[in-house]
Amino acid sequence: MRYSVLSILKNALAGDVAWAPVWRDPEPQPAYDAIVIGGGGHGLATAYYLARNHRVASVAVLERGLIGQGNVGRNTTIVRANYLLRGNSEFYSHSLKLWEGLERELNYNVMMSQRGVLNLCHSDAQRDAFARRGNQIRFQGDDAVLLDREGVRRIAPFLNFDDLRFPIHGGLLQVRAGTARHDAVAWGYARAADARGVDLLQNCEVTGIRVENGRVCGVETTRGAIAAEKVAIVAAGRSGQVAALAGLRLPIESHVLQAFVTEGLKPVLPGVVTFGMGHFYISQSDKGGLVFGGDLDSYNSYAARGNLPAVEHVMEAGMALMPMIGRARVLRSWGSIVDMTPDGSPIIDRTPVEGLFLNAGWCYGGFKATPASGWCLAHLMATGRPHPVAARLRLDRFASGRVLDEEGAGAQHNLH
Amino acid sequence: MRIACPLCGERDLREFTYRGAAVLLDRPAEPDPVAFDAYLHLRDNPAGPNAELWHHAFGCRAWLRVVRDTRTHAILEVGLARDARGRLAPGVGEAVVPAEGEGTA
Ligand SMILES: Cc1cc2nc3c(=O)[nH]c(=O)nc-3n(C[C@H](O)[C@H](O)[C@H](O)COP(=O)(O)OP(=O)(O)OC[C@H]3O[C@@H](n4cnc5c(N)ncnc54)[C@H](O)[C@@H]3O)c2cc1C
Ligand SMILES: [Zn+2]
Repeated sequence: MRYSVLSILKNALAGDVAWAPVWRDPEPQPAYDAIVIGGGGHGLATAYYLARNHRVASVAVLERGLIGQGNVGRNTTIVRANYLLRGNSEFYSHSLKLWEGLERELNYNVMMSQRGVLNLCHSDAQRDAFARRGNQIRFQGDDAVLLDREGVRRIAPFLNFDDLRFPIHGGLLQVRAGTARHDAVAWGYARAADARGVDLLQNCEVTGIRVENGRVCGVETTRGAIAAEKVAIVAAGRSGQVAALAGLRLPIESHVLQAFVTEGLKPVLPGVVTFGMGHFYISQSDKGGLVFGGDLDSYNSYAARGNLPAVEHVMEAGMALMPMIGRARVLRSWGSIVDMTPDGSPIIDRTPVEGLFLNAGWCYGGFKATPASGWCLAHLMATGRPHPVAARLRLDRFASGRVLDEEGAGAQHNLH
Repeated sequence: MRIACPLCGERDLREFTYRGAAVLLDRPAEPDPVAFDAYLHLRDNPAGPNAELWHHAFGCRAWLRVVRDTRTHAILEVGLARDARGRLAPGVGEAVVPAEGEGTA
């Protein structure tokens, strides 16, 4: 059923009993043209674009739990295209453009809200670095505005400008950046993929990857064996575990990242504010909750929950940046498992196993990549060639030295 | 999380800095690019017991080799990194662990 104002009115007047389930719940077929392992945002987008852009006839998404229970439904929903390095910048630029048309494309309200992302700087050196980054973003064709202290004050007068350690010198603002409703992105892609004939197989954990003569030929799952000549691993925090089923060892460590939300408040924040030096960022959801977070807990984890020192650090940074936050009550906090690479950038590539593809290494920033990640992986799987905007997101870049280290932090997974 | 440092006793997580998997103790002897790629980048990343390096930065400053379950965060084993291997190379070039008796404490 296509959603429209008319369909909402008609159903509302009829007591909202006539809505059909948003996607089917099919039985697994014995074989598919392509299998996507992982029903997060990236897996669903990949399946959708395989069907939509490349007319691949039979595609299945295999999800061990339920659609949307992974990171796609546990992130802080920030969407931006403010990268410095070639390799990343054209990729995220493409992604932001897809976000801008996503609601019409999916016929689903993903609540994309271009309310702006403001990064703060606290020293002359940092402002110079921001000027360089801003220019690079504009060369890429996206928007960036360098703000002085008064410019920041006009947008966010409630910040603590005179903190002794990190007084605010200015900021870099991207107006086209913002937030989207994470669950709706999963549901929207799932519904649109299903409508194009993609089978979404939930409670279907992949427990083995079948390889014969160096070629992939299918997977074992908790719902039986399924054959396919093209299989993509799109398992975010579990990438290493799934890749190990095919005998691969990845340049990835899984880490826990936490986030927090307060009770609903009247609008107080104009957009997203990031305080990189304090390891803190914050936005306000449409429901009014302040949504904020910080850095990784910083040790390997599959526990999907963090420890108190990281909580304490985030709260302290929040109080330092905007003391008024102390009046809000935190409702919930949670953690989820992110796939960290040694340079902080992702991988969309083939693997040494013919027909087996890898989409991983999204670190703590893969939500904004969702549309382009699916677009580019589908392109690679269908055509056998990397999409031009993802051509540098290679698996072998660590061995070759062509790393994409935005932070310049070096080969340590938890520092990015 | 609390880690029982062999030199200081059980201490709060805040005193420690995480470096990564303990494979960093096995620095390849020869400058072989394939071995160095694996050493620097590739990880087993297990869901279960993981051997890893922690620095007791706000304590005795010893490097520790800790075995920890990544599903529960339970600490299973703690020892000095220097006992695990003759050489400690957590990305700090010539940080060779001093011989027994020289002060890390
Ligand atoms: C707290 C937090 C805040 C974040 N904030 C942001 C942000 O503001 N902006 C941003 O851009 N990014 C953010 N991220 C990162 C972003 O959420 C992730 O990079 C992104 O969601 C990962 O892609 P995904 O949606 O496909 O992952 P997931 O939703 O995790 O999908 C992977 C799926 O694979 C499934 N799976 C795993 N193993 C198997 C198996 N063996 N068989 C079948 N299925 C399997 C999992 O169940 C899961 O559903 C944040 C992450 C966290 C944790
Ligand atoms: Zn100690």
